Amino acid sequence: MFPFTYTRATSVHEAIEAGERGGRYIAGGTTLVDLMRETVERPRALVDIVGLPLSDVSATPRGGLRIGALARMADVAADPVVRQTYPAVAQALELSASAQLRNMATIGGNVMQRPRCAYFRDVSAPCNRREPGSGCSALEGYNRTHAILGTSEHCVATHPSDLAVVLTALEATVHMVGPEGRRATPIGQFLLQPGDTPDREQDLRPGELIVALEIPPLPRPLRSGYLKVRDRESYEFALTSVAVALHIRGGVIHTAKVAAGGVGTIPWKLPAVEQHLVGRRPSPDLWAQAAERAADGARPLVHNGFKTELLRRTVERQLRIVGGRS
Amino acid sequence: MSTDVQEPELQPEEGRPSPLSRRTFIAATGTATGVAVAAGVTGSGTRPVSATEDVASELADGTTSQVSFLLNGRRQSLVVDNRASLLDLLRERLDLTGTKKGCDAGACGACTVHVDGRRVNACLTFAARLDGAQVTTIEGLAPDGDLHPLQRAFIEQDALQCGFCTPGQIMSGVACIREGHTESPEEIREWMSGNICRCGCYVKIVRAVDHVATGGR
Amino acid sequence: MTPQPAPRPARQPQAAVGTPRSRVDGRLKVTGQARFAADHGPADGIDGIVHAVLVDATIGRGRITSIEARAALAVPDVLTVIHHGNAPRLPYRDNSFPDSIHPPGERLRAFQDNHVRFFGQPVAVVVATTLEAARHAARLVEVTYDAEPPQLDLVTAPAHEPDIYTRGDAAAALASAPVQLEMTYRMGRNHHNAMEPHAIVARWDGDRLTVWEKTQWVADPRNELAAVFGIPQAAVRCYSRFVGGAFGNSGRTWVHSVAAALAARELRRPVKLVLSRRQLYFGIGFRPAYEYGVRLGSERDGRLTAVVHDVRGETSRYERHSDDLALGRMLYDTPNFRQDVRLVPLDVNTPTWMRGPGWSTTATALETSLDELAHELGIDPIELRIRNEPADDPATGQPFSTRRLHECYTTGMREFGWHRRSSRPRAVREGDWLIGMGMAAGAYPAESAPAQAHARLGADGTVVVRSASSDMGPGTTTSMAQVAADALGLPMWSVQFQLGDSMMPPAPVHALAWTMASVGSAVQATCDRLRRKAVALAVGDDRSPLHGVPADEVVVRRGWLHTRADPRRGETYQQLLARNGRTHLEAVGGYEPPEEIRYSMYAYSAIFAEVAVDARLGIVRVRRMLGVFDAGRIVNPKLADSQAHGGMIGGLGQALLEHTVTDPRDGRILNANLADYLVPTNADATDIRAIYIEGVDNEAAPIGVKGLGEVVQVGVAPAIANAVFNATGRRVRDLPITPEALLMPR
Repeated sequence: MFPFTYTRATSVHEAIEAGERGGRYIAGGTTLVDLMRETVERPRALVDIVGLPLSDVSATPRGGLRIGALARMADVAADPVVRQTYPAVAQALELSASAQLRNMATIGGNVMQRPRCAYFRDVSAPCNRREPGSGCSALEGYNRTHAILGTSEHCVATHPSDLAVVLTALEATVHMVGPEGRRATPIGQFLLQPGDTPDREQDLRPGELIVALEIPPLPRPLRSGYLKVRDRESYEFALTSVAVALHIRGGVIHTAKVAAGGVGTIPWKLPAVEQHLVGRRPSPDLWAQAAERAADGARPLVHNGFKTELLRRTVERQLRIVGGRS
Repeated sequence: MSTDVQEPELQPEEGRPSPLSRRTFIAATGTATGVAVAAGVTGSGTRPVSATEDVASELADGTTSQVSFLLNGRRQSLVVDNRASLLDLLRERLDLTGTKKGCDAGACGACTVHVDGRRVNACLTFAARLDGAQVTTIEGLAPDGDLHPLQRAFIEQDALQCGFCTPGQIMSGVACIREGHTESPEEIREWMSGNICRCGCYVKIVRAVDHVATGGR
Repeated sequence: MTPQPAPRPARQPQAAVGTPRSRVDGRLKVTGQARFAADHGPADGIDGIVHAVLVDATIGRGRITSIEARAALAVPDVLTVIHHGNAPRLPYRDNSFPDSIHPPGERLRAFQDNHVRFFGQPVAVVVATTLEAARHAARLVEVTYDAEPPQLDLVTAPAHEPDIYTRGDAAAALASAPVQLEMTYRMGRNHHNAMEPHAIVARWDGDRLTVWEKTQWVADPRNELAAVFGIPQAAVRCYSRFVGGAFGNSGRTWVHSVAAALAARELRRPVKLVLSRRQLYFGIGFRPAYEYGVRLGSERDGRLTAVVHDVRGETSRYERHSDDLALGRMLYDTPNFRQDVRLVPLDVNTPTWMRGPGWSTTATALETSLDELAHELGIDPIELRIRNEPADDPATGQPFSTRRLHECYTTGMREFGWHRRSSRPRAVREGDWLIGMGMAAGAYPAESAPAQAHARLGADGTVVVRSASSDMGPGTTTSMAQVAADALGLPMWSVQFQLGDSMMPPAPVHALAWTMASVGSAVQATCDRLRRKAVALAVGDDRSPLHGVPADEVVVRRGWLHTRADPRRGETYQQLLARNGRTHLEAVGGYEPPEEIRYSMYAYSAIFAEVAVDARLGIVRVRRMLGVFDAGRIVNPKLADSQAHGGMIGGLGQALLEHTVTDPRDGRILNANLADYLVPTNADATDIRAIYIEGVDNEAAPIGVKGLGEVVQVGVAPAIANAVFNATGRRVRDLPITPEALLMPR
């Protein structure tokens, strides 16, 4: 691990100032410390923001949910408001990592997680995300866990977050504050596909800090849930995962929010699936038809071809679980 | 750097190495800072102080921090290398080797300790961040000579073999019970899955946690 | 030659052996006071420890062209960087069997040349006064290479000459068999992933070296380090009291131990070196990957007429590690059998034994193939096995000492509810889950090796028994105390068994499930001798209440020596020693296996598994497992259960999760961490149970045990694989079985 200075920010203002000077924010640290130890991350200055008052979880006036960026995963998962209004958020959190890590990691950091790609994590391997222009080792290497959607010739790494899949499905907004003031952007635009600049993972400007994630109000009653498919029963990143939220009224689906994890370079919104659902009556056939659209545009690699079919099936399963059999 | 730097109680002359050995320094309970006392106390290794070391440069670049925290009920005030994890600090500097390093990456749970009452992975916790924290390790779980009920249950159920993951399992299990994630064996299994046991004692670990959670019924 | 008669069965009452005892070092382990290799330091009188970190090669094969250490040396607190360019040439005396268990070949040497033999090979070691500085500096050592493409393909790489076993005429019998099957199984490379990383603290005092080492055999670091440094074995002492799991990975001394000892010698300071989890994937051995071809010929009634195994297994280019793949030769009555085993040298580090070594590998192929045959013929898999049950060992013609495999089957069928299994695959469904049951059999040799022990009875009536064995988790410290307690007629609390010091009486490597048979028999013999000494002292002492009583008539219970006929007539060890002015009595004893083996001796397993497979998503969860074991006498059922659970959970990992992934371009290991190399978690282990078909086997060992630690993993993976077939109708012949193999059409 490279040496670094360490300061604790006592206010948001102080943090931003330090961030602007090139300081790297550390919150829960569960990703950052690990990657610093591997020397994938080499910050020269760490700015500890975990003590800032940004951990409130509250319902917004019209029934949305605002989660402070520094709220711990465990606390958000246990929060009664979260469990009542957006149970999928709690489910995704409790299916993530381990109890210990959830006690440490924050919501903002969770969304900011960096890829689990073995080549990214190994500084002796070429990796465009770590070292732009060095090449992508995964394209022709071992890529079972890699993405089939949103990939580019420069990077095929999967975004590892579970929570971000739910936030993407529910079209959450990322609230930030920085030297230029406050700013908000939809999570679908906040997290960036690799494209030609795989090293740029978020729409975050120098000194900017996530302060909260806000899920907009959705029509009620809302059924929602998160399903995660993985090799072992616990403590593993997703092979595929799906977040679904449905508002069904009068036997017709009025609102459908669907996104998938484990398959995209960012959590993957599935508008084609959503569109197929809206205005139709729930039925097993509908779930199957909608799920057929889930992998549209997928570009499988040598070892992850199974994800195309697994994704469709995961979507179908979760639509059925959330939407019911009839 | 932490904001309130108290007056050092031990203040050798500026620019000269501390005459204090590392051990003496740790034993001192007061908060200390300044250039000189940092000599020989960075990092997690044992190092006698040498006169040739350029002490000033060590703190000048700010890569060490002063921290003061409660460890198993006793105050620790020391200067740490910012890179030192709580795990390495415990093991290599404070000789508390009950907390184990299994993966050093948050993937096995062997280093589980309690920070401010919550179970965390000590390997991913920078010691520099602990100023003001309360830390409990396996050594501080029960008063000297006594055993926590879960420690007893682990022995009774034989919820261990090699014993390497055991301190982490127990620290995790104590928290799991406190959190109330013990309604069923399934729930215990899930909430204890952050602790890998390669000897495969899971069935008995669940029994031990369940035994204590249900009041030893 | 007359075989050495087994010592008479102990006439002592058995109060401790056979009873469920809590482990005696449990308290040390649950309080964190048990000190593993890396835990040694000031509390053990080792002061001034400095930290060593290895630098690993980043090519798969080739030569080092330069090493630039200036940046590393410039890091404050860094003491040295040692590499082939500046390391002294070490003597590297030959160190072969029986002093070591190295496989044949040229062992890997520490910084003696510029060859890179595999990705991750240590090319330098950095030492600093702090761990942080050492770790950082290790990243700053710049190494340039002349890389060559490594050979990593098990299937296409040239193999060594095959090792052939044959009996009968398998080819002819196969050609004429009414039923013929041909399958190829592939088993991924597995890493032990014991929770304790390999670690060593090395200290030189003049020309004497002391190491606190993670090892399953304290003699091995002693012998190896003595050979490497060209010093007498007596100049090296190895301590290893607690071992944080090993499963075979600490049987031999790896190169990092030499690096640590070398650094300590160069610096004249104690050096601690702990491998990172990542380094454990190339710094120590692994269970090799296999391609295992099986051809079966049988009659219509299922009786096997011909079995052919064609095996390719990986080894390194510099050593020939070979697993013992003999299960197929002895498990079933097969008149015509041929097995060709080809070792394929690859640019990898040398594999080593891993739990159930070889036997669990063969079990996967053999026991899956039997399941395939049973399905083909429409015969129940257990019935098929019973029809092929041999009367005598088909490989040697020798009678079995004990073989209760049939009883394992019947017990397992009853206890597991085998009758509920549908013989038709994919017939049981619960919601989204397809349910299936499978079983497999296994065996593991009941072997033993010479061992010695020393016992010392103190004037306070307590005894200390010592042998240079090891305890990586099974509870050796406890079970040996049980044996000693009964042999001496003492309560458990007054007996202490000590191990893990190369100065103690020698014991064999703590592996192969033979510690109880070997060291246990030595402890028994030693303590019997000590007891007889005490009895002789008493009956010859005219002041003893036992004076004149025939020695054979004296037994000891709870420290009270008395006559068999009259428990009131006697005295305590303390009284005896005090009256005779003795501070202690001691005895040295040992065990030698008989020179002539007259019996075929194995422990057996019958494993039953029930799995649920998500019909659409392909994920497999093991719902229940039962292992029924014929392992001879069970010394401590409580500890035995833990071992059995562990073996079965290890087998679960083998079947469904574990697979070390190597990049074929450069040998880089891509899942060298515990987040990506998946081992079972608590949530994966649901209902796991073990049953023992009890029975003493006095041919296998004087104390009647056949060994448990290995056989508990033999047959687990195929039982699960067979259950997956029963659930889904899909036969997966590659381990681990992952969801992609089971994404079945609707």
